[in-house]
Parts: sequence; structure tokens; C-alpha cells
Amino acid sequence: MSKLASLENIVMEFGAIRALDGVSIDIKRGEVLGLMGDNGAGKSTLVKTIAGNFQPTSGRYVFEDQDVRFSGPADARRHGIEVVYQDLALCNNLTAAANVFLGREPMRQVGPFRVLDKKLMNTRSAEIFRELKSETRPADLVDRMSGGQRQAVAIARTRLSNSKLVLMDEPTAAISVRQVAEVLALIRRMKEQGLSVILISHRMPDVFDVCDRVVVMRRGSKVADKPINQSSPEEVTGLITGAIKTA
Amino acid sequence: MSQQDVSDMNVDLLKRHDRSLLRRLMLTQEMWIAIAIVVLGLAVSMISGKFATSGNLMNVLQNACFIGLMALGMTPVLISGGIDISVGSILGLSGVTLGVLLNAGAPLPLGIAGTLAVGLVFGGLNGAVITLAKLPPFIVTLATLSIGRSLALVVSDNQVFYEFGTATESILALGGGYTLGVPNVVYALVVFVIVLHCLLTMTRWGRYIFAIGGNESAARLAGISVDAIKISAYAFSGLMAAISAIFLVGWLGAVTNAIGTGYELQTIASTVIGGASLAGGFGTALGAAIGSILIEVIRNALLIAGVNPFWQGTFVGGFILAAVLLERIRSLRR
Repeated sequence: MSKLASLENIVMEFGAIRALDGVSIDIKRGEVLGLMGDNGAGKSTLVKTIAGNFQPTSGRYVFEDQDVRFSGPADARRHGIEVVYQDLALCNNLTAAANVFLGREPMRQVGPFRVLDKKLMNTRSAEIFRELKSETRPADLVDRMSGGQRQAVAIARTRLSNSKLVLMDEPTAAISVRQVAEVLALIRRMKEQGLSVILISHRMPDVFDVCDRVVVMRRGSKVADKPINQSSPEEVTGLITGAIKTA
Repeated sequence: MSQQDVSDMNVDLLKRHDRSLLRRLMLTQEMWIAIAIVVLGLAVSMISGKFATSGNLMNVLQNACFIGLMALGMTPVLISGGIDISVGSILGLSGVTLGVLLNAGAPLPLGIAGTLAVGLVFGGLNGAVITLAKLPPFIVTLATLSIGRSLALVVSDNQVFYEFGTATESILALGGGYTLGVPNVVYALVVFVIVLHCLLTMTRWGRYIFAIGGNESAARLAGISVDAIKISAYAFSGLMAAISAIFLVGWLGAVTNAIGTGYELQTIASTVIGGASLAGGFGTALGAAIGSILIEVIRNALLIAGVNPFWQGTFVGGFILAAVLLERIRSLRR
């Protein structure tokens, strides 16, 4: 598998707090990378650095063989990096289709005016939901949706553009068992299409189910980075809690 | 529905065929307010023959339009999760500006342009302070309510303007005149209801206004320039107050610096009765207009029914509470 992106010795400081202390990670194409760690271990900071929310204090960030320094999430998205946020970042008062296309609505010409192409948004969203094998309906308000459907809407957003790397922050934290299976199936489908996925999760079974590799963070440092089949839930638990120092 | 077979999902299925047009209409706040207006009108007509005359109805409609125009301006602000309580003062300042300009001999188009510019800039400054200084909209517009009213005094030097130079006839005709038997300001309201409806439902601007009111951080993450959109909403609110000022000055035939005092509360009441949410995320152009008509019908009906006018505020307040409760009940049933 070829390399899509790499972080080299990334340091992220907020005032006196060092949230990331020299983290290096390679992200390969078509790989699902599990990112684990206790609260405050630096997972979110790392993800936000990759997604362009934060600019690292020092260190090198290479994406597709180019040194990058994203000005913000929109800049990172232009390079093909998409994020599914933990709180899903959806507007409850809008329809599923409106949320999927939020910020990049297709327009059509009506006389001298350019107006929202709602029909195209609905049909395209319906296509994506069908691909995802989700029961979400484009014209429904997000307000009335189940956790799994909301997840599908958030994931559908990443499918609009030619994304290369999808960051998923705790996608299975607040949904039912059946919906977890749906989300995991979806992650496999993204991988089949050659996308790289970084899955941030507390749920050991999910990580061992879909991930190719697991990275464990503790206190701002990477303490493990190995193929999933060479690790075990027991080892990862030990690494997260600090019972095992490194692996 | 959630258990339906995924394979036979298609876009046609996704549209709601299960609700008839009438049922969908019955689900809107606008429809309920329209029914309230009709019921109120019929009730008063039974008490007195003076209500349902074309003269009185036109009068009610005309009175409602001044607040209605401002309520249209307030609608995007409320949908975006903000509030603008300075609109009465913006109306005052821009109205006084119109008086000063015309009194000084400016032709009508120049006077109107100056008035609109004052409203637009004042509203835009509201939005700029709210977004750039990250201050609560209520506090900022409370401050500019005071500033605007004071500036109206400064600009007018506490004079009353009733001489509009060469533009006297045309401004009176514009604000107080009729076209095809209907007051001019009513046409303005209809035009702006249509314009705002299209802006809110068919443009990116409208979509982003709703998105910001629904989840501002989500809108930011989606790459929407939230600050610019919010500033434009407040600028639009200021502009609508200035437009209302032009018609109001023409109708009254005079400007004092107290013009529009207290209008902000009537404007917000109209918008809320029409279904806009103070928490943001909901609201329609038609609702704002119908809300303002309901308030005027209540006041007119009470007068004609011979009720002591001191009771007007109580009735209007009761309708505000009823409208908000109705909205709550409907959202629970959905």
C-alpha cells in the first residue's frame, strides 16, 4: 500500500500545555487506521491537526508527497480530507439532503437567477444513501432521525467530493447495535473504494473488526503502532491505561 | 417506515404522498393565524357593521404593513438565531434623515437613497459588532436602540419636519396614496413577502441563514462564511426598517424624532406569532406578514367592538402566548 500522508514529529502546544509531543504516523492508501487512547491522550488534537483545524507548533505534515499547512478545515477538504465529527455537526432544522450538501449546494439557472437545485440534491443524496444501504430519506428533517440515520447523513457528506482520507470521530459511540454493524459495513465499503479511514474509537470490538492497524496514544505520545493482527484487545487496553508502556 | 425494504427505496417514495395539500396547509402556523384573523373578523362583524367595510379593511391592512415590512426584515435575523431590537430606532433615524434631506431640497430619489443607506449601514454595523466582537445580539441592539434614537434627535435637532420641498407631493402620494384602490404600501409588503420567500427558500443565502440558526458550528465546519451571512441579515433588517420609514413618513405627512418608538416589540411579536422561533432555525416570510396583520386586526376589532383601548396590550400579549403554545403543540405532534 502506498503512502497517502505522513506526520513527522508533530508537536502541538496550547500555551504551557503540550497536547502532542512529537507524534509520527504514516497513513497508507486504502487503509483503516484505528486510533485509540484514553480521554485527554491527544486523539482529538491529532485528528484536528490532520483535518486542518489546528496548525502544529512544529513538525512536518506531508499529504500526497507535498508539505502541507492547512489554513482551516475547508482548505484540508479541498485536498480531499473529510471529517465526520463526533457530534455529527448537523443542522436539525434542515432536511437530510440539505445537510449532505451544506456549503456546496448545486445551483441551477432560472431566468436571470441562480437557485438551489433541490431536485438534484434529493436524487443525489438518495443515491448515496442507497450506496450506504441506509434507510435515510433525503426529504426528512434530521431532527426526527435515529442515531444511525444521522450517522449516514454525516457520512454521506464525505461522499460528495473526491475524498481520499476520512476521519471518523467516535462514529459508533451513541447508536444501537444494529446501527453499529451498518457503520462498520460502511467503513469497509469506503476502504474497498481505496479511501483511507482513520477511526477514533473507544470501542475495542469495532477497532478489531474493521481496522488494519492500530495506533495507541497516551499523554500526547504514540505508544504503539502495529498491524491489528499482531495485537490484542488485552494489549491495547494495557497500552491505553499505561499498564504496558510501549509495544 | 424505518423497517421498509431498502431495495425498493426510490426518490418518489421519499416525497410525502401520505399528506394531502389541505392537511399540509393545516400543519403550518400561517394557516392557523389566517384562521384566527378570519374568526376574529367574523366575530367583530357580528357585533358591528363597521368592521367589514372596504374602507376599514384597507385601513387595517395599511396599518399592518409598516410593522409587516419590519417583521420581514426581522425574520432572517430570528431564523439565524439572533434578534434586533433596534429596528424602531433605525426607523426613527432613517425617517428623520428622509425629513432632513427632503426639507433641505433634495429630490425624492436622492432622499430615498439616503434613507435606505442609513438603514442598511446602521443594520450592517449592528451585525458587524455582534459577529466581530462576539457580543450577544440582544445587548448590542439594545445599545444601538438607544444610540439610534439619540442620533435621530441630533440629526433633527428636535424639529418636526412637514415641509418636504419639491418632493412634498410625491412622498405623500407614495406613502399615503392608492393604486387601483389599494394602498401603495400594501404592494410593497406583497412584493417583499415574495422576494424574501424566494431568498429564504431558493438561494444559498437563505439556506445558510437556516443552517446558522440550526447549528452555527456545523455551518462553520461546512465552510460557510457565518459572519458575513449574519451581518447581511442585520443589514437587511435595517434596510427594511428604512423602507418602512419612507412609507410611514409619506403616510403621516410629517416626521418627528419619536417616529417608530416601541415598534421593535410589535415587530418581534408579529414575527413570533407568524411562526418564527426566538431560538432560531424556523420562520417564514408569509408568517411575518400574517402575524403583523393579526396584531392590527386585534387592535382594530377591539376598537370597533367598543372595548376600552387600554385592554389592547393584554389581548396582543395573549395572542403572542397562544401562538407560541400553538407552535409548541404542533412541534410535539409532528
